[in-house]
Amino acid sequence: MTVTHVSTAGMGGIRSAGDLVLRMELQKMKINEAKKFVADKLRVSVSDLADCAVMKDLREELNIGTVQSRPDAGVGIQTKFRIAELLGIPINSVDLFKKHAGL
Amino acid sequence: MSKKYLTRYGDNYLEEMTEAEIRQDIEDGTLDAADRAQIPAMTSDDMDHLFEIISNPQKIVSVEPGNEVVVTFDAGTLKLCVRSDIPMDRLTACVTQERALGSDSIELCHVDYSYKPIKPIISEERQTMEQVQLMTTIPVLYGAMPNLGLYTKPDGPCGNWAELLPAGKIAEAKEAQEEAVQHSIKDIVFVASSMIESGADGINLDTVGASGDADVKASLEAVRIIKQKYPTTGIEMGMAGEFNLGMHGELTFDGEILAGMYPHQQVRMAEQAGVDIFGLVVNTNSSQSLAWNLARSVTLAKETVKVAKIPVHANVGMGVGGIPLSIIPAADAVSRVDKALVEIAGLDGL
Repeated sequence: MTVTHVSTAGMGGIRSAGDLVLRMELQKMKINEAKKFVADKLRVSVSDLADCAVMKDLREELNIGTVQSRPDAGVGIQTKFRIAELLGIPINSVDLFKKHAGL
Repeated sequence: MSKKYLTRYGDNYLEEMTEAEIRQDIEDGTLDAADRAQIPAMTSDDMDHLFEIISNPQKIVSVEPGNEVVVTFDAGTLKLCVRSDIPMDRLTACVTQERALGSDSIELCHVDYSYKPIKPIISEERQTMEQVQLMTTIPVLYGAMPNLGLYTKPDGPCGNWAELLPAGKIAEAKEAQEEAVQHSIKDIVFVASSMIESGADGINLDTVGASGDADVKASLEAVRIIKQKYPTTGIEMGMAGEFNLGMHGELTFDGEILAGMYPHQQVRMAEQAGVDIFGLVVNTNSSQSLAWNLARSVTLAKETVKVAKIPVHANVGMGVGGIPLSIIPAADAVSRVDKALVEIAGLDGL
């Protein structure tokens, strides 16, 4: 089911910018508003957001996580530190990490 | 002889139908939804678009580039580890969703998918959420059902309204539901607060209304409290059905009676409570065609999106949203449901 939904209509998560758009929907933004917000923050066009060719390069450049593991690249919580700053939103787990790490 | 198109029924089995038959089912389906919910039926343009989607000769269809939406999940980590019985833990399931399946988010959940039974194991659930948050980039929600039935005797402290109502004990049944609402609110707020304190990106209240209007009441009241405590944490509320069952009948939220509400009314209550993403449900009738079911779903979804100020996601699992009622729904039907709901109804996600 997941494969069909994502293939048919999904943005593709960290293959593209789906995770970022969803973070803005969790702030009550509807899909087009959320896409515009993220595109502006990333300085790309809205149509680039679901394009894995554009977003792979950009995500690697910004070090915000991709589906392929690479040496010397951020994963998990490390990427969310950058995403919180990039989107200008609080991310709960990032704040928790800072608290536990004494940062 | 009229050309026949290969399509499906709501029971997931293939069926050949003529253009006239498909168009008739689309019209009957949209009129059924419009009549039940007292909302506009599909326009002729929308019905033409839906016919094109259903009659498309390709096996899988998809939205046009630019129309992609995001996906959220109910029973998130149950799907791979439990239902598919793949021997992996929930952390592995989350990173598999993220890096192998391209999910935009995932939901961490327990196998006993209700808020009440999570209380005794809350420490272990919190530990898992904290580990998952270290390893993932996508938003990770924690989810469960309010499931008011768990508060009835002999498993819980309240009378069982499903037994009291048939016995004619109406007042006792109402009193039992009102008592269960209070227990449920406490449990939902306790579990949600604990998981937010462990880094959850959001809380999902799923299958809301499964026990009737009292189930809805408890969920809305709980969301209001959670949002007051954690205003920046996202809350998703997914419904159990297209219609709030009036097991109590007189329960209200902000002065409005909850029983009998359809999705375009449910979403207003969700907004007032503070919900960030509303999960719409339309029930699939397994004795009707995909065309009939999808026309109903699109009709109810379009009106809901129109009135909603928050994102609306459709529940498109087995037996809801127009998806055939089967544990293995055919991909050709699933792709048509997704495309129609996104492109005709204008949904914000699935």
